[in-house]
Amino acid sequence: MQKVIESSGINKSFGSTKALNDISFDVNESDVFGFIGPDGAGKTTLFRIITTLLLPDDGELKILGIDSITHFKELRKNIGYMPGRFSLYQDLSVEENLNFYATVFGTSVQENYDLIADIYSHIEPFKKRLAGQLSGGMKQKLALSCALIHKPALLVLDEPTTGVDAVSRSEFWDMLAKLRKHKITILVSTPYMDEAMRCDRVALIQNGHILTVDEPQNIRDAFPRKLFAIRSASKYKLITTLRKFEWTNTAFPFGDSVHVTFTNDTAYNSVIEYLTKEGISDAAIEETKVGIEDRFLELMENGAKA
Amino acid sequence: MKRFLGFVKKEFLHIFRDYRTLFILFGIPAAQILIFGFAVSTDIKNAGVAFLDLSNDEITQKLTDKIVSSGFFKKTENLLNYNDIDVIFKKGKTKAVVVFEKDFGKKLVSDGKASLSIIADGSEPNTATLVTNYATAIISDFARENAGPSLNNSLRINPEIKMFYNPNLKSHFMFVPGVITMILILICALMTSVTITREKEFGTMEVLLVSPLRPIQIILGKVMPYFILSFINVLLILALSWFVFALPVKGSMALLLAESMLYILMSLTLGILISTVSSTMQQAIFISLIGLMLPTILLSGFIFPIENMPKIYDYVSMIMPPRYFIIIIKNIMIKGTGLLYIWKETLILIAMTIVFIGLSVRKFKIRLE
Amino acid sequence: MTNNPVISVHNLVKKFGSFVANDNLTFEVYGGEIFGFLGANGAGKTTAIRILSGLSKPTSGEVLVAGYDAYHQTEKIKKNIGYMCQKFSLYEDLTVKENIILYGGIYGMSKSLIRSRLKDLLSRLKFEEYENRTISDLPLGLRQKLAFSVAVLHEPRIVFLDEPTGGVDPITRRQFWEMIYETAERGITVFVTTHYMDEAEYCDRVSIMNEGKIVALDTPGKLKKQYNAESVEEVFIKIARPYKN
Repeated sequence: MQKVIESSGINKSFGSTKALNDISFDVNESDVFGFIGPDGAGKTTLFRIITTLLLPDDGELKILGIDSITHFKELRKNIGYMPGRFSLYQDLSVEENLNFYATVFGTSVQENYDLIADIYSHIEPFKKRLAGQLSGGMKQKLALSCALIHKPALLVLDEPTTGVDAVSRSEFWDMLAKLRKHKITILVSTPYMDEAMRCDRVALIQNGHILTVDEPQNIRDAFPRKLFAIRSASKYKLITTLRKFEWTNTAFPFGDSVHVTFTNDTAYNSVIEYLTKEGISDAAIEETKVGIEDRFLELMENGAKA
Repeated sequence: MKRFLGFVKKEFLHIFRDYRTLFILFGIPAAQILIFGFAVSTDIKNAGVAFLDLSNDEITQKLTDKIVSSGFFKKTENLLNYNDIDVIFKKGKTKAVVVFEKDFGKKLVSDGKASLSIIADGSEPNTATLVTNYATAIISDFARENAGPSLNNSLRINPEIKMFYNPNLKSHFMFVPGVITMILILICALMTSVTITREKEFGTMEVLLVSPLRPIQIILGKVMPYFILSFINVLLILALSWFVFALPVKGSMALLLAESMLYILMSLTLGILISTVSSTMQQAIFISLIGLMLPTILLSGFIFPIENMPKIYDYVSMIMPPRYFIIIIKNIMIKGTGLLYIWKETLILIAMTIVFIGLSVRKFKIRLE
Repeated sequence: MTNNPVISVHNLVKKFGSFVANDNLTFEVYGGEIFGFLGANGAGKTTAIRILSGLSKPTSGEVLVAGYDAYHQTEKIKKNIGYMCQKFSLYEDLTVKENIILYGGIYGMSKSLIRSRLKDLLSRLKFEEYENRTISDLPLGLRQKLAFSVAVLHEPRIVFLDEPTGGVDPITRRQFWEMIYETAERGITVFVTTHYMDEAEYCDRVSIMNEGKIVALDTPGKLKKQYNAESVEEVFIKIARPYKN
């Protein structure tokens, strides 16, 4: 299988700020590859380097087998890009936007319509509406259609689901999954940890460093300890009290429970007693399945210390 | 009250930390005073004057010398006949022609009076008025100086004043071409500079850059619609000048339109160049409108002749396109010249356009940094 | 949590022309409660929050915030609430200290009170080294935490948080929520909107808006039981459809 992206040792600084630090990763053809990390981690900078909009300070980057720094002109024909801010022309209609991008890339809407049919069908009833008047979810779909219309080999999506509600986010990932069958490789960034599970492979990035690259299941399963979930009605008191417990390694709120790891797993037996003594009488503990976010938190804690 | 003061303090902090605002607050007034102070003057200095001496005697020579040595005038040519007057005005350097009648000296000595004409270039009404006033003053002075001891011997030299091209000295012969020059460059530069920076601000530029579109295609693509629409604009403006101000187009209409379109093209490309150094629409508007407006008004020579300013302004105004277009447009409309007299200015505008396009393409960042 | 409502809304309607942004909303929020306000974009959340924070007036219905009427006493409401929105809260070109002094002044706090709260805040957030740094120099996570602290600097009765943790890393998010918990313990009511469904679980009660109406309002636990869901996200997906357009 050909590698669509091969990179090693990419560094990028803006003035005194080091945005990217020795970034190396590979992406296989047809993969949906996710970059997960908070704001300021370096995702946008990296994506701009991949789409040839920025030059790295050093490092190597081959895209579709071509050196991205010297042959960027050729690459630009084969990349579809959806930058963070849904760059659509607000005063052009849905149709006009799509036609424009098709024409600029030397194709027509009809030619690759099958590629975007699933996505575009949601907004086609509104094709005469100005892009500026669409809702967030619809703008997202239009931007995706425009990025795909020339059938790029590599699709780069920079935080396409940020600021959009949970339902639209889920629909968007359904659409991405369907694109696999067209052999398009997709590079996505997102701050939402749960979206990591929908990628084939994932890179966790924080403060310009890649903390890990692997299939999401592997990342999750590499969690080094046993994970426990403790519930109580007094959530805040539970957290603060747990942190005072001598065997607590980490304690993080997770929805309606607190996920805890212990420095010594036998502490499982004594923690309820401790909590009751401290005034929390309704605590209940059970071992729980590790989710990818648990692993991310663990990596980030350690990454932050590194 | 405390709330209010706290808020005021914050506003001060914002201002001091924003260098651009400080520049506007202090830098621009200072620059304006300097420009206004020197550029705006109602004096004349070294105004070109030509002489048509039909008498050629000692007295005309003395009067000529007096005029030329006054410091206000400098001699351009000695003309041989009346036909030369039109030609020399078209050349542009001469602002007035002094015509001595035949036997000027003899008549002055025998009759105590003689006549001369001062023919001024009416296409610059301001200058024409000044020039004739100064010249008349010098001539009166001469008359007084050379009068005999007794009052009966006063000399009377009556200058007859004529305005060439603009017999009624209509000031809008000066204003309207100047306003056309100013408006075209401001609007055109504004339009193109804004349209590009708008794409930068809204983020659509990012996607355009990653597309197969080449910078030259983007640039020309932006210029095209405005170019075509501006043609209509020019027709509109000329129609208004004709119907409302009775401004003639003495020369070739086709040439005028062609030159106007050249000027517009140059202005549009200037706007593109401005957009390569602006990252926001606000900056672009600021530079194209405010940055260009004052220099265009003051330094193009449309109200205040450049010759009257310190030499340095002359040099600065050489890079100002409006300076050349004013000459072109006045020549065609008011003096009725053809390409022959304005080929230099035309060439300069063409060169500027090419330079602007070249620079824009080079500076057009194909990447985001 | 007390039993006295600090926010009391009955049949709130807000129209913009013929468009009904808030359609007969009725709910109460109690002192010291953490109240989650969820809904898709365009469901009407921002409109409702603006009315509750005294920034706009209802078209009809009863709205009392901290005991003050939202039609005639908006100035009193503003004095008794704190507000933090995602896009802007602190002045980027001012330092941490300058921002705190500024807001303290705006809230009408005395100089000595501002000074003591400043010290307190800096040590609690472990921010001492950032006292004289401009906001634009701080990473996003720190900014959000600071913005929140500034919003409650004057110990208001209610604090409104509009998507306060957008884009922030998960560790900082959780630290932020611990700050929210601690604030609620002090008796300050927290009214928060968020797109992170797991954060909905941290709330005492949650309401879900859709197309201008409230379609669910209860504790996370009861909602999950009612809709047979494992998470609030599932509940949300089941009952909230994004705006059709």
